[in-house]
Amino acid sequence: MKVEDMPKDDANALEGKTSFIQYAVDKEGNYVQEKSPGFEPQNIALAQAWDEVKERTASALEEVIHGDKSPIYFFMCKEMMDVKILAEYMNLPRWRVKKHLKGKNFPEINSKILQEYAKVLSIDSNDLLSFEASKWR
Amino acid sequence: MEIETIDFKHSMAAHCENGVTSNLLRYYGIELSEPMIFGLGSGLFFTYLPFLKLNGAPVSSFRPMPGRIFHRINKVLGIKMKVSSFRSSPQKAMQALDSLLTQKTPVGMVVGVYHLSYFPAPLRFHFNAHNIVAYGKKNGQYLISDPIMENPEWLSEEDLKRVRYAKGTYKPKGKMYSIESVSQDYNLPQAIKKSIKYTAMMMVKAPGPVIGYRGIRLLAKGIEKWPQKYDAKKASRYLGSVIRMQEEIGTGGAGFRFLYAAFLQESSKLLHSDKLATLSNEMTEIGDLWRTFAVNAGRVVKNRTSNGESYHSISEELKEIALREKDFFTKLYQLKL
Repeated sequence: MKVEDMPKDDANALEGKTSFIQYAVDKEGNYVQEKSPGFEPQNIALAQAWDEVKERTASALEEVIHGDKSPIYFFMCKEMMDVKILAEYMNLPRWRVKKHLKGKNFPEINSKILQEYAKVLSIDSNDLLSFEASKWR
Repeated sequence: MEIETIDFKHSMAAHCENGVTSNLLRYYGIELSEPMIFGLGSGLFFTYLPFLKLNGAPVSSFRPMPGRIFHRINKVLGIKMKVSSFRSSPQKAMQALDSLLTQKTPVGMVVGVYHLSYFPAPLRFHFNAHNIVAYGKKNGQYLISDPIMENPEWLSEEDLKRVRYAKGTYKPKGKMYSIESVSQDYNLPQAIKKSIKYTAMMMVKAPGPVIGYRGIRLLAKGIEKWPQKYDAKKASRYLGSVIRMQEEIGTGGAGFRFLYAAFLQESSKLLHSDKLATLSNEMTEIGDLWRTFAVNAGRVVKNRTSNGESYHSISEELKEIALREKDFFTKLYQLKL
């Protein structure tokens, strides 16, 4: 890659906080380190990954509203976790976490465990205790 | 607790492991460029593991296992490094960090990026093989040199503990490392020759179909079949994952190929080898092919087309790359330096 071909496709992936370091050949044929704000295919692939998270989170919200899933499930999807990672963060066996994800079991979870979930999922415990779907649309 | 800031120079790098290694070595008086670190650490690699899924897509990787670059560098340069991890005691892990910092030793750590508060949000996924260096502490905040960031960053004790104990694939488990001693009389030309041989060997001689140019060929064959095997969404997600591995933060472009070409160029000057200079140019050409592949694959992802034709054509591109890399690394392997 030549320095003049350095990709300049800024999709704000770095929020202005930093740049991507790339290596390219200058006019004399020497490799130099250059800064780039992004590369189109990379931005496309990144957007694809985020679209998927959004889709998964939106459908999780519907399932919570329906009562099939507990609010914990919604926040788990929002935090891009699966049962395995969530169970590891909670330090609980997977079967217990799976139980907590079901809508019908949610009212029985004690408040101490709910607080722990809130911490792991980076939310206020009230967001779980009095879950309001409209807040997360 | 306050710990005096160590006189440590932060600098950016394309890849975190290169950057941390190069910043740590500089502190101990060894000045090496990022491409040199990358080359000496035999960082160039390829593997495609269709049977192993990460974030719901088969794993393709342009780098060896996290930690390999350090390991190789230490080996070829005769550096003594102390590595420790604290499986289940975050408290101890933080104490050990403070105690090293008090002794004016900058400390490298493996962390997850998901909860790394200063990191750009669009890049925060559950990825656990990121490397940073701590070199000071003030008002409960650690001073962090992260090679991906323009400037040093502050990170709270709570946040640092959280990222050192990130969960998911490749848990860091509080892993940290520091240099115990370096030898100033290492033989750079010898180290270069050794690591070139090692890289070339991995790319052409590794047994089985998943590593080196054979891995690229296997991925090409896989891509060709994706539109028949999976629905449009899944096929395009798999392809998106390949692009991300190749171009997302840390590769310096084209899955490290440009970094390696830069290493070969620097080495050609040090060893006065015209042949290496020619091979560096050739690696640049191969890097450009990878880049074109990414552009075309990106278009397939964007158009959400699942027609076999578009997948077939990028698969052909990749087969061509596999052939070029086979030829290239065979020449490199046989090169008498």
